[in-house]
Amino acid sequence: MKVSITVNETSYERDVEPRTMLSDFIRDEIGLTGTNIGCDTSQCGACTVHINGSAVKSCTVLAAQAEGAEVTTIEGLARNGELHPMQQAFTEKHGLQCGFCTPGMIMTAIKLVESNPEMTEYEIRHGLEGNLCRCTGYHNIVKAVQEGAEKLQAHSPFELTRSEHQISLREAERKAWQRGSS
Amino acid sequence: MTTTERAFGASHQRLEDKRFITGQGTYTDNLVQPGMVHMAVARSALAHATIKGIDTSAAAAMPGVTAVFTGQDMADAGYGGIPCAWVVPDSDSVTPAHPPIAIDTARYVGDAVAIVVADTVANAKDAALAIVVDYDPLPVVVDARKASEDGAPQLHEDAPGNQAFHWALPAGDADAAFAAADVVVSDSFNNQRLIPNAMEPRAALARVDGAMDEVTLWVTSQNPHIVRFLASLDTPFAEHKIRVIAPDIGGAFGSKLPHYPEDTMVIFASQQVGAPVKWTETRSENYLATIHGRDHVTEIEMAATNEGKILGLRAKVWAGLGAYLSTAAPGVPTILHGLILSGPYTMEVVHEDVYGMFTNTTPVDAYRGAGRPEATFMIERMVDQVARELDMDPVEIRRRNLIPPFDAGHEVVTTLVYDSGNYEGALDVAVDLFGYEEARKAQAKAREQGRLVGIGVVTYAEICGLGPSEVAGAVGFGGGLWESAIVRFHPSGKVSLMIGTNPHGQGEETTFAQIIADQLGVAVDDVDVVYGDTGKTPMGWGTYGSRTTPVSSGAIMGAVDKIKDKGAKIAAHLLEAAVEDIEFSNGTFSVKGSRAEGKTIQDIALAANTAWDMPEGVEPGLEESAFFNPANFVYPFGTHFAQVEVDTETGEIELQRYTAVDDCGNLINPMIVDGQVHGGIAQGVAQALWEGAIYDDDGNLVTGSMMSYAVPKAEFLPSFQTGKTETPTNVNPLGVKGVGETGTIASVATAYNAVIDALAPLGVKSIEMPMTPERVWRAMVDAQQGGE
Repeated sequence: MKVSITVNETSYERDVEPRTMLSDFIRDEIGLTGTNIGCDTSQCGACTVHINGSAVKSCTVLAAQAEGAEVTTIEGLARNGELHPMQQAFTEKHGLQCGFCTPGMIMTAIKLVESNPEMTEYEIRHGLEGNLCRCTGYHNIVKAVQEGAEKLQAHSPFELTRSEHQISLREAERKAWQRGSS
Repeated sequence: MTTTERAFGASHQRLEDKRFITGQGTYTDNLVQPGMVHMAVARSALAHATIKGIDTSAAAAMPGVTAVFTGQDMADAGYGGIPCAWVVPDSDSVTPAHPPIAIDTARYVGDAVAIVVADTVANAKDAALAIVVDYDPLPVVVDARKASEDGAPQLHEDAPGNQAFHWALPAGDADAAFAAADVVVSDSFNNQRLIPNAMEPRAALARVDGAMDEVTLWVTSQNPHIVRFLASLDTPFAEHKIRVIAPDIGGAFGSKLPHYPEDTMVIFASQQVGAPVKWTETRSENYLATIHGRDHVTEIEMAATNEGKILGLRAKVWAGLGAYLSTAAPGVPTILHGLILSGPYTMEVVHEDVYGMFTNTTPVDAYRGAGRPEATFMIERMVDQVARELDMDPVEIRRRNLIPPFDAGHEVVTTLVYDSGNYEGALDVAVDLFGYEEARKAQAKAREQGRLVGIGVVTYAEICGLGPSEVAGAVGFGGGLWESAIVRFHPSGKVSLMIGTNPHGQGEETTFAQIIADQLGVAVDDVDVVYGDTGKTPMGWGTYGSRTTPVSSGAIMGAVDKIKDKGAKIAAHLLEAAVEDIEFSNGTFSVKGSRAEGKTIQDIALAANTAWDMPEGVEPGLEESAFFNPANFVYPFGTHFAQVEVDTETGEIELQRYTAVDDCGNLINPMIVDGQVHGGIAQGVAQALWEGAIYDDDGNLVTGSMMSYAVPKAEFLPSFQTGKTETPTNVNPLGVKGVGETGTIASVATAYNAVIDALAPLGVKSIEMPMTPERVWRAMVDAQQGGE
């Protein structure tokens, strides 16, 4: 069957088997291998991407279900050679070791802190419950998410309430990048 | 060799990070080769069965299928059994044949029975399901101790009683120690089987060039040179015609140490179908086909005096090894386990009998800590029981038994010579950092309120940095344990460092660049660390046993010294001075006492590479290699504390605080060291509290996926508090010890002891691991009923 999905602002149309998962579509059909697959039961979260602005495990979605969707993968975060603040935070805080869970972890973390820029450690830890890491014991991942939240706030052009943040997250992200690149 | 010069010491951000945070990591499954086809493995659904026949016809007729092969096909093509690389001497060891694909008998659920090659992964998997195997079921044994009993089902004809080996360690006079003891405590427990769960499943991709008889194997391996050596033994290809590439590895923790059957299957399949063949494990397959860890059944007793002086311990361990001997399996519950059983203490007796047992389960091999978490758990659990018997503070009893500080070797009863240690120093720092006195006071108050708060403490010493090659040979390890390094200056002054170890998350791309930068005065960013490719790197024995930094750094320093020597000769020539008058500092060669401008190492690199004007008798180029065979292992140590609270109603355990003070010698990159400790703590705590592989009596893995096996989540854990003491070793030039496993080695017992301490007021002395809420709740109920 034919599916058409926009990934990182480029539209892809492919003829795939109906059972093709979005994760396989991203990796095998369009060759973006930053989205890793670490399990077959939707536990590990390594394959997390953004679908229409929400963090979703791409192994839980058929490519066909993503027809017409806008998908962002880890490869789509950096703009004009500048890392996303959350990517920057992960390296600064040593939030990764082997790097395999990292793309999914970063994609989840971005949506977490966008939904609430002032999360407590407790909230961050619970917010990451769908993403497994075997290397870091999560200690530095939590630190990275906290740092990423601060960086994103520093980038934001205006103070946001939580709900405003949710609504305007894409806009805020866009403006942050514009500021960063100007 | 004798310098103890401090290495870089800076928490430099990791050079390897950028590719991972941008999704550009090159994991094996990401690789695509022209014309590549895919392999799927049909696996036995029975834990023990005679294979009467395999019907592959339906599978072969499925869409996209290129070929279906059985174990007999591989044997007919000259592929042999998977070798075990560690035969422990003086242990009546047997190594039964391990065909990569079972031919006559399937011995565990997950044992390969056939392979399919097809155009897509999905088609290969579909066809694998269509393979029909005619099984004749055989009786099953999954428990190591039961496997040793009379009448137990037998796995291998050449291993009567299912015994792979019996290793005995009779160090000291046990009868005298136990006769002289005021107190003897004893217990029996499991160091339960664990599933490593590296986040990246295994994968292998082979491309056979038939005309050249050459193989390129991309594989998720911690030790590509070992895989190449072993593949030369069980495939028809010669070692120099095999190139093994281990690209980015998504975690391993020992589980990517072995040479696996799938390595040879993809080589065989590629040879047969004339195309590159890739196989990638699913996670469910990983649970069955990738090695497990631990699996000890233990009986132990410890003797002590009324003053809390530990006299010795005596133990029996039945170590489940699974259905076949994996690459390093026999060495894990013996050499890496028994020899460290006196821990950091002065005890004079260690008697252990280890029975290596075959069971109808997935093979067991080295998993983070590999033998040492089991040993530390045994010692520390007993020490706590002695303290409890004597009503002595757990910190105090440890203090009374620690080996006093030493810096030039200390021989313990098991004949190991520990390199350096200041155990009480680390204990003091940990007591302070954790706030032990205050924590005990708070605990007393909590107890008055009826709350079950517990504090666990562990002092440990472990053996890593494997190791002297002579010892490797003496203890039956089928390889060397030295390392080599090549330092190559390019004409522009940039540096490539080639090593034979294979870091996979531990950050040596950065720490080794820091060593080069520190020693040769180049920028960290100007150093590229090359590893993971037998075609590009010098021989080396790989990354495991916390050996990469302590052993490779010795080779790096050897090459660095040669670079300095050659650089000085070239500089002397260019500066028209005597070599003896040249000094090297901050990357510049200059004439002692002269104010004249010197020559930078970059100048020398260009001069050496162009070779327009070289001193007489000096070869062109600026590239040096060195080999380093350490004189001893290294012995990190430390003290860990944990605080837990147990829910009195549900038995649920909350890990509230965790403090780790570790000493791994000099620190090259403190940030990376802390990261290693954090991850280690999580894996060790997880053994105590959450993780455990469960087989049913028919040999089915009940915990067969991440849905049923409790890999810890972020919410399970608190932030950790880490501290360091730095006691250098004289085993290597930089005074560094390994730190990849310390966290796990100490934390199993630390978390466990904290829970038992919490439940002490109820009289609970023992709970099987993992300490699930149900088990804790039952222990509380049983203790209360028993007390009534």
